[in-house]
Amino acid sequence: MSQETERSRPEDEEVETAERVYRRGEDSAILRLSESQVQSYNPEDDRRMVINMGPQHPSTHGVLRLSLEMEGETVLRSKPIIGYLHTGMEKTGEQLSFLQGPTNVTRMDYSSPLFSELAFSLATEKLLDIEIPERATWIRMLMCELNRMSSHLLFQATNGMDIGAVGAMIYGWREREEVLRLFEKITGLRMNHNYIRPGGVAADLPDGWRDDTLQILDNLPDRLDDFDSLFTGQPIWHERLQGVGVINATECLALGITGPLLRSTGYAWDLRKDIPYLRYEEVDFDVLVGSYGDCFDRFAIRLNEIRESMRIVRQILEKMPEGDYRIQDKKVTPPPRSRIDESMEALIHHFKIFTEGFKVPAGEVYVAVESPRGELGCYMVSDGGPKPYRMHIRGPSFTNLQVLPHMLQDCLVADAVAVISTVDPIMGEVDR
Amino acid sequence: MSDEETTEGVEEIDDPNDEEIPSTVSHGQNVLHPTRENLLEVIENLRNEGFAVCIDVTAVDYLENPKRDLPITVKPERFEVVINLLSHTKRERIRLRVQVPEDEPTLPTLFDMYPGSEALEREVHDLFGIHFEGHPDMTRILMPEDWEGYPLRKDYAVGEIPVQFKEAPGS
Repeated sequence: MSQETERSRPEDEEVETAERVYRRGEDSAILRLSESQVQSYNPEDDRRMVINMGPQHPSTHGVLRLSLEMEGETVLRSKPIIGYLHTGMEKTGEQLSFLQGPTNVTRMDYSSPLFSELAFSLATEKLLDIEIPERATWIRMLMCELNRMSSHLLFQATNGMDIGAVGAMIYGWREREEVLRLFEKITGLRMNHNYIRPGGVAADLPDGWRDDTLQILDNLPDRLDDFDSLFTGQPIWHERLQGVGVINATECLALGITGPLLRSTGYAWDLRKDIPYLRYEEVDFDVLVGSYGDCFDRFAIRLNEIRESMRIVRQILEKMPEGDYRIQDKKVTPPPRSRIDESMEALIHHFKIFTEGFKVPAGEVYVAVESPRGELGCYMVSDGGPKPYRMHIRGPSFTNLQVLPHMLQDCLVADAVAVISTVDPIMGEVDR
Repeated sequence: MSDEETTEGVEEIDDPNDEEIPSTVSHGQNVLHPTRENLLEVIENLRNEGFAVCIDVTAVDYLENPKRDLPITVKPERFEVVINLLSHTKRERIRLRVQVPEDEPTLPTLFDMYPGSEALEREVHDLFGIHFEGHPDMTRILMPEDWEGYPLRKDYAVGEIPVQFKEAPGS
């Protein structure tokens, strides 16, 4: 499909420059026109026109709308128009207590909900200045890595479908469902778990969790090899993805891009490795990088990150310690059910936590974790009450979406679909 | 006479602030408190020191909570814009909290240093009504273009939709 399928390494070019992302005027890749301006926009060159893609298009991953200025089949400038899923979740977060908070943030990035819960909980715990038990930390790591696998499997499904390999959708969805079934057993829900909470996790791992996890780990490698034989080495797949939507590392840094997009340019940056949180310094894994910064690298990185996550999960299985799954601090976590019948204080604590919520000391804090899409941060301000005074989630998809116009410039409209797909935005997180 | 002395005294306290930016540590995280005037200069220096990525730009409306942890030399205002920078080489983060007054909610844009702040600044503009001077496209991003009001301000009520129940009188 692409006119230029040759891949050139950034090193081959003379200087790696980010000049194009600093442009402000008409030569910029971003079509900076408002809705009314687009309607009255009348370019002198009558081969040019502004067309609208979305908000409901099979490949836009939800309700993303793109305004594309086209010349024939080539995209000149474009602008992502977002906000169709905006429900004011940050405002809602100010009305919910710290205990209720995870139910809200988990609905932001709905394909990797546990990461938003984790960022929220880590921020609250930092404000409370508490240490959670070892087992709770390892359970969080286990769940997050499984979630990374399910999220990347979903990417394989949607990416394949966008490009025309409908088979990928069935395979990707099937493997993801295996992971979601385990989530359902552990948390009670397939998605939007509200499992990671301030103070630990909602419940201990159920009986048989180890066997179920091992079964996924044993089945998945063969299935991933199927992906390899179906896509990775396939000439049509190469034609569609290689050399399309190229971006370099300097541009990524200027635009604040994180996650697989940044790594695809050959820049090794992963918060799990570079600014470790939880116990990631105790497990052994590799940060995968690409070398061309094109759609194919982004696809390959996500596929192989599933394998790295499986490696991490195996180590977590070995190292999972015994102990409490949440902190036994009566001011933060509710007492066990059995204690409520015996102790009046336990009943009072239970009642206070679920009616009023626990109070968090005044202060402000920023905590970041590496979600499957990049840096997911939570900026939280507390005024000393039981609800956050301000709760802001820095969604990686929101920032990553800025790269689209630059990738799409001089692309064919058929390639635009591949580019949007490999940026892998989750609109719930973009709009919040 | 006494008035002149006090103004001189204030100037003497102010002068070193221009050179040294008041800083605090919040839960082990470094926070700087530049003024609106020296913000760009401070950020440019930080950028030269290796803070190459602007991770986040957001704002807080301190209307209901004017008391907060600030250095004595920083005068609290209603809005506070919070900028998070990240240095890959030092593996460090730094946070800048800039006070923005209610009667003149403007701030210079970071676009020329960090083009990635474009969407983040648009979001702050959309939800808090803070204007970024020199921004290439200062329009609403999440709310509809013709929306009135700034939803994340504290004096903006949480939305309510009246629900008609079956037995409601007058239905």
